[in-house]
Amino acid sequence: MKKFLALLLTAIMALSLVACGSSTTPAASASASGSDTSTSDFKVGAIMVGDENEGYTYAHIEGIKAACEALGIDTTNNLIFKYSIGEDETCLDAAEQLADAGCKVIFANSFGHETYLMEAAKEYPDIYFAHATGTHAKTAGLANFCNFFNNIYEARYVSGIIAGMKLDEMLKDGSATDPYIGYVGAYPYAEVVSGYTAFFLGIKSIVPDAHMDVQYTNSWFDQTAEGEAANALMAKGCVIIGQHADSTGAPSAVEAAFKSGKQVYSVGYNVDMLSVAPDVALTSPQINWEIPYEEIIKTAMEGGTLESDYCNGYAQDGVMLSPLGTACAAGTQEAVDAAIAGIKDGSLHVFDTANFTVGGAPVTSAFATDTNGDFTPDADEAIIDGYYHESYFQSAPSFSLRIDGITELNAG
Amino acid sequence: MSSTHEHKEPMIRISKRTGISKPKAWGIRAIALVLALIVAGLVIFAIVKLSPLKVYATMFKGALGSPRRVWATIRDTMMMLCIAIGLAPAFKMRFWNIGAEGQVLVGGIATAFCMINFPTLPAPVLFLVMILASIIAGGIWGLIPGIFKAKWNTNETLFTLMMNYVAIQLTSYSVAKWESPPGSNSVGVINQNTNIGWFPSILGNDYVLNVIIVMALAVGMYIYLKYSKQGYEISVVGSSENTARYAGINVKKVYIRTMALSGAICGIAGFLTVSGASHTISTATAGGRGFTAIIVAWLAKFNTFVMILISFLLIFLEKGAVEIASQYNLNEYASSIITGIILFFILGSEFFINYKVNFRHGRH
Repeated sequence: MKKFLALLLTAIMALSLVACGSSTTPAASASASGSDTSTSDFKVGAIMVGDENEGYTYAHIEGIKAACEALGIDTTNNLIFKYSIGEDETCLDAAEQLADAGCKVIFANSFGHETYLMEAAKEYPDIYFAHATGTHAKTAGLANFCNFFNNIYEARYVSGIIAGMKLDEMLKDGSATDPYIGYVGAYPYAEVVSGYTAFFLGIKSIVPDAHMDVQYTNSWFDQTAEGEAANALMAKGCVIIGQHADSTGAPSAVEAAFKSGKQVYSVGYNVDMLSVAPDVALTSPQINWEIPYEEIIKTAMEGGTLESDYCNGYAQDGVMLSPLGTACAAGTQEAVDAAIAGIKDGSLHVFDTANFTVGGAPVTSAFATDTNGDFTPDADEAIIDGYYHESYFQSAPSFSLRIDGITELNAG
Repeated sequence: MSSTHEHKEPMIRISKRTGISKPKAWGIRAIALVLALIVAGLVIFAIVKLSPLKVYATMFKGALGSPRRVWATIRDTMMMLCIAIGLAPAFKMRFWNIGAEGQVLVGGIATAFCMINFPTLPAPVLFLVMILASIIAGGIWGLIPGIFKAKWNTNETLFTLMMNYVAIQLTSYSVAKWESPPGSNSVGVINQNTNIGWFPSILGNDYVLNVIIVMALAVGMYIYLKYSKQGYEISVVGSSENTARYAGINVKKVYIRTMALSGAICGIAGFLTVSGASHTISTATAGGRGFTAIIVAWLAKFNTFVMILISFLLIFLEKGAVEIASQYNLNEYASSIITGIILFFILGSEFFINYKVNFRHGRH
């Protein structure tokens, strides 16, 4: 009996591991808008780090579906997804299976997938491979491998303007005395640094004496940790919480604090946060993934030559903002429109060196690319014509200067 | 003589089986598997309105549909098997080693450390260094709870479990040290261009060496447990510590020695993952296999050859589940339900192997 109990205990323990997570099964929502007219048998493969329950991957799924529909590819039969693929050899397995299934272009969407996708690209020189957020395509020398990432820093800058307008309003009506911003970041590297700096510069363009603290969660998706980080920042006196992390943890925490009587607001990321934080969500900067997906698939269909990087900003509708929340200050929409117009026509540069200092001094030189593999940029002078050329040499963000006014609370 | 108080037999009576023939035991298991497939089929149909047969065919295709898939299944089966082999001596001794996850991770860290820091060593020397380093790292991770159990009779279940968290933190620390680019929390493929420290292809396949190593361990462990003096000591300590002591077995020594062995083999599993499969290290390197392998070891009653079969079944289910998710645009949880049902029945069948259910008969 003892033995049996022991076995049962083990079984329960293991079963709970195998079968944890009890999310409802989404009945195939892929009721593709009947593009039966497509005679093409061109197949597309997509390796996703999560599934549609996770905001970042959801945006990718929507983007690639829209791109396929626009190009007449049957999304039910000729677009093959591999969901919840980890950043290890299973990524290579997935890429090889997609290749064997006849996919002519294969995408992967998580940072850690890149090196495995490159392995697959070496193995299948006739298939196109494209990796979102990665950094290696420019230097890897693989003709069939590219990186893509949109200029999210532009939308972050504009979301900073929205936060700045709100902050200004709060300072004027007395509900805030200190222009203190909090930011929940995932990891302390260029993609996040570039994002929060753009956000901060947007705020500074409205409230010049604003200052910001960044709290890292060391995870891309951690509902609890993001909520806790937001609470810690609000306890320190931050009145607006921005984020570069994928869950709704921070906006939910801000909403709860607001309901308990605090004057605090939130700027999200990826998904419209109004459903979880209707009173406090100002907006969320979003990436329109359809644009690069369409560009790359089209190139592959035509058998064309890949660029090493695909990168689109406001000018190509590559980035956008979710609808503004009711809490936004008066005149926000006009300021947003003006900023977007400025970015589009090139009169407004997010990383204008006139607007920030490092160690009290203006910056005159910064490299964008690392060529010798030590992860310290050593090539490609990015400060040209008085502003840092973000995502100019490569699609992945490279801005990693720590500017004055921002404090990283827990950087490794 | 008629008794006034008639004894009433209960409807169902459960009694322990004294001995069950092998074919009968396997028959019960086969029935359980068939029942599991039927129930899972009904659930599939109820939820997604798909033909269960089609779903099973897809699972089969996912695990064994092409030579490449077969090799991926073999690779993961070997990984699972290696950990289960490591757990076998500990569990046979009734030492609840829940710490395989951590032992695999430290073995992996040691291997990654060698790959990163000693790229100039000649390949055979580097392999020797890597395997030794992973054995030592895993061995230490097993040794610590073994010593504490022997000296101070600490609860090994909690101790080994806690050691997992220490190992996970150590892994996070190592990842932060080796990550590329800094701050990204991803080490990426180690030595991607030079392939230094990667398992070489044998007969044109990357995973043949994995099979050779794990099979050698399987045979070795089978002989060790069944025919060696130490294996006998393990089984005596497992059935009764007092008997073992009475028989003059140094129980403390057996605890310590066996746990070092158990940890060392799990350390080799870490070596297999990092050097022979993923070529990276992350907190997900062990991926819960340290826990799943417990089922493998128990179900096989520590017979390493039966473990091959059970490891294969579990990996087959896992691979099939991923394929269902991809093929039918389902969430992966749908396939976890199927895996859960099948495991439930297989584990449940052990009850009917160990116990007999008697129904009331009309008369004696």
